[in-house]
Amino acid sequence: MMFIMKQIIGQNIQVLDLPGWNFNVQSGECVYLSGPSGSGKTVLLRAVADLDPHQGMVELDGVSTNSMPAHDWRRKVALVPAETHWWSATVAGHMQAPDEELLAELGFEPGVLAWEVARLSSGEKQRLGFLRALQQNPEVLLLDEPTANLDSQYTAAIERYVAGLCERQGMAVIWVTHDSEQQQRIARRGWQITPEAISEVML
Amino acid sequence: MNLISLSPYDLTLAASLVILLALLSVKMQLGVARQLLVAGLRTVAQLMLIGLILKSIFSYVHLGWISLLSIIMLMLAGREVMARQKYRLAGWWGFGLGTMSMFISSFSITLIALNVIVSVEPWYTPQYSIPLLGMMLGNTMNGIALGQDRLNQSAWQQRSIIEGKLMLGWSWSQAIADIRHDSIRTGLMPIINAMAAAGIVSLPGMMTGQILAGTEPMEAVKYQILIMFLITAGTGFGTLVAVWVGSRRLFDDRERLRLERLSINS
Repeated sequence: MMFIMKQIIGQNIQVLDLPGWNFNVQSGECVYLSGPSGSGKTVLLRAVADLDPHQGMVELDGVSTNSMPAHDWRRKVALVPAETHWWSATVAGHMQAPDEELLAELGFEPGVLAWEVARLSSGEKQRLGFLRALQQNPEVLLLDEPTANLDSQYTAAIERYVAGLCERQGMAVIWVTHDSEQQQRIARRGWQITPEAISEVML
Repeated sequence: MNLISLSPYDLTLAASLVILLALLSVKMQLGVARQLLVAGLRTVAQLMLIGLILKSIFSYVHLGWISLLSIIMLMLAGREVMARQKYRLAGWWGFGLGTMSMFISSFSITLIALNVIVSVEPWYTPQYSIPLLGMMLGNTMNGIALGQDRLNQSAWQQRSIIEGKLMLGWSWSQAIADIRHDSIRTGLMPIINAMAAAGIVSLPGMMTGQILAGTEPMEAVKYQILIMFLITAGTGFGTLVAVWVGSRRLFDDRERLRLERLSINS
């Protein structure tokens, strides 16, 4: 895998620098990432979160991955995987009580914490996985098809919420999605990735 | 009470019971007859061999020979630990970690026992040092093999969960803490059970042997208690080291889970 990742300044993240390209995300910006399956979208996100060995460099506010402990990096640069994984019997074993408004926005009542993980639907897991990742107060969100299991109502809720995060908190977001309508809704530019190359698309 | 020497006839009688069991298992198609016989033959051959070696080492006491025998025992135990794991650390780690953990725990505890507790003169007197070390290695080997096997297998099976925790900003140590606790508990379970059941459910083998060989029961009991405690300490410390170092080895310096460091034993 060849990722040469270079510097960025401000609260944003720079991704990869193939010859002639300079990839970065500004604070408060949401960029979509798209490409056929197997083209390396997940690999890219995992490299950015420093979960796999990779070449190159990723920087957040001028500070590179390697200059802080890996777990601190991952707290700031949060990856929400396409399929979330759970280890405790109840939801409460995975997160503290989130803000009630936020819960309601994503269609949950406060009692959700007592729910058994084994009985959650895939859509519920996806929404709760999203909430769980937000609890570490990341500066950058890497979302791997975060609405794949959701109906239009909750898809819209997630989209709205992420837009709010960008606006209010200056969150930088990379969002993997194949849905061209969704790409239009969430981002003003994106990256089209193939196994050979990556190209920038302005919407 | 004098020691009643066993004749070859006595042993043949005992062996015929095992053969009978093997015949029965052939009849019932259990598929263990071959293993049973091979293991039985190994027992005879290995014990005869060690008997001969001990006999010559006892009559010619020299630290060099005793050390050599100890090292060979350690290496064989290390190989056994490695062979018993389905998922093991690849390369030298697979052999090295178990062997090192056994060395640290078994050797140091045997040395303490010989020098401080039993205080034999000289401390390496083979009648004490070799059986003690053998017993330490045999039990520590079990604990380490069980602990490491559980650790590696759980890490392999729970990859997504471990990485899920890493994604939430947990440190490598937090991400594998559950598995590590389980693994250490698994390694210690047999010896804890043995201590709890000692004397009630089972008469420990060493004590039985001593009593059969004519030792006064209370003396045999005292030795058995000593051995039990030493074995527990050895197994415990050895398993702790093996599981702790092993769990660290599953991650790299950037706290990434590196399962390619495991190889699958088929």
